[in-house]
Amino acid sequence: MLPIIFVMPIIQLLILANAATFDVKNIKFGYVDYDHTTTSRALIEKFNASTYFNVLTNYPTEKFANNAILKGEVDVLITIPSYFERDLQVEKNNNIGVTINAIDGAAAGLENVYVTQIIQSFNKKLKIELMQPSDMQVQSINITTIPSFWYNKTLNYKTFMVPGILVLLVTMITLFLSGMNIVREKEIGTLEQINVTPIKKSQFIIGKLFPFWVIGLGLLTVGLIIAKLVFNVPMIGSLGLMYFYTSIYILVVLGIGLFISNFTDTQQQAMFIAWFFMVIFILMSGLFTPIESMPIWAQYITDFNPIKYFVEVMRMVMLKGSGFVDIIPQLLKTLLYAFIMNGLAVWSYKKTT
Amino acid sequence: MSISLKNISKSYNKVNAVQNITFNVKQGELFGLIGPDGAGKTTLFRILTTLLIPSEGTASVAGFNVVNDYKSIRNNVGYMPGKFSLYQDLTVEENLDFFATIFGTTIEENYDLIKDIYIQIEPFKNRRAGKLSGGMKQKLALCCALIHKPKVLFLDEPTTGVDPVSRKEFWEMLKRLQQKGITILVSTPYMDEAELCDRIALIQDGKILEIDTPKAIVKHYPKPIYNVRANDMYQLLKSLNDYSHNHSVYPFGEFVHYTDSRSDFKPKELEQYLESKNLLDIIINKTAPTIEDTFMELAK
Repeated sequence: MLPIIFVMPIIQLLILANAATFDVKNIKFGYVDYDHTTTSRALIEKFNASTYFNVLTNYPTEKFANNAILKGEVDVLITIPSYFERDLQVEKNNNIGVTINAIDGAAAGLENVYVTQIIQSFNKKLKIELMQPSDMQVQSINITTIPSFWYNKTLNYKTFMVPGILVLLVTMITLFLSGMNIVREKEIGTLEQINVTPIKKSQFIIGKLFPFWVIGLGLLTVGLIIAKLVFNVPMIGSLGLMYFYTSIYILVVLGIGLFISNFTDTQQQAMFIAWFFMVIFILMSGLFTPIESMPIWAQYITDFNPIKYFVEVMRMVMLKGSGFVDIIPQLLKTLLYAFIMNGLAVWSYKKTT
Repeated sequence: MSISLKNISKSYNKVNAVQNITFNVKQGELFGLIGPDGAGKTTLFRILTTLLIPSEGTASVAGFNVVNDYKSIRNNVGYMPGKFSLYQDLTVEENLDFFATIFGTTIEENYDLIKDIYIQIEPFKNRRAGKLSGGMKQKLALCCALIHKPKVLFLDEPTTGVDPVSRKEFWEMLKRLQQKGITILVSTPYMDEAELCDRIALIQDGKILEIDTPKAIVKHYPKPIYNVRANDMYQLLKSLNDYSHNHSVYPFGEFVHYTDSRSDFKPKELEQYLESKNLLDIIINKTAPTIEDTFMELAK
């Protein structure tokens, strides 16, 4: 059992951190060029040069192109109308059609942003080329943005994901182990034997949970080593603070696990309930989707999600170098949560059947 | 009185598990609860070991009330549940050590009490409890239940699923423990084990049918009982059940136990009747009633 507890999360960390990327790359790109001029070709060339797009095919008409989208051969389609270059020069204004396969909404949104970015930069170049002296007065003021990404300069998604996935693994293993634990003793009957002994409730529960607390911290250690050695995630903040927070956080998870265990009769039931909470906790933790974009009621629910605080703290301490004072809000909420969950767990554990 | 129950009832929702149970067990007595599965034996054990709170009535064990003084009871009783419930992934020695520690004692302190039993499983002391045979598991469970020198020992169907030789050994061990002054309450569905108890209570559907010594209970059997045998068991049973004067007909090993409703029953008449049903090799003997016969009669 012990090797499984440690080997599986390591494999998960290695696989997920590499695969769970938010970048949309290798977009299948197609175009219909009715214009066939240097300007239209220059635009296509822009897409070709982008690392996001694989310029796939030039379709003779829109009909062929639409068919290709239907077959899934193309994700993004650009249609350049006839007289594109001429109209631009005459009217200083023109439209091109962009069609995006939006079955995956999140990807489609990103693809749209990429397309817009490329066309905008193309626009700027065009303006200079097409500008005539008489236009000087009417040219609008142009504001350009120069983004500077703090705490993750290169927008490396691994830097962002690894602390989060680490959180997941620590939570998952400790929740499942503690959730299965007492219910397992119920199933095999040892609990009945224990209940007729003079052992105190608190002694029994501490005895049950302490090993998982140690395993949780062990998992964190292994995960941090991998994060440093394999993914080279920056660790700016104090390691001691991370361990301090995690040691309290694990108490919350163990309390939840124990609570589940007390209210179930079989390991199967416990497994289902643990999964129910796990899925909600993971998807509402801000790990995969930002909490700020959730509806208001859902944001209130996330306040009860311990994983949310853990993800926040890990990212803050690891990437931003936050100190003790910065994480006090999260720390207090976690501490309160730990008291409530363990209180409920001890209260609901009865030494009678 | 080592164990005493007064009007104990327990119901789960609307199902009455046990109803109005009253009996006393004397200090140092080996008392048997005899009844079929689902009779309420385990419920009684759970009430007496403070795992269940009775719906009605009062009970005390070793002088402590089961509801108010449950903490004292837990220090003074040993309980062996019907299902093997030691840690299967701990070794024999680790299990024993674990339970000794929980009770705040050591193996050495009470070694003389478990010595006779432990010596038999000592060669396997480094084996995991889950890998032991059925008989050895029972011995280990008994050791664990005895390690804190309990005043009262509760054994819930200790011999179910154990081979006949181990069963016999197990009962010999109980007899020896009894001589050391430990009160033992044991339940069993096996009627042959009932005769080894000092006193027994026959229990069915949550009610006590009778409490007495095994010998006295057998004497209460109201009618002469006959062993009947013939060449075709099935035909024999069928014919006896069809016989107009029968009182009870039960298969009993190679015989059928038969009682007649008339007081002036003549075996010869029955033999003639069976012969008329084409049965051969008919044997009809008078026999002594057993506890099983008594139980069947009372449970009617």
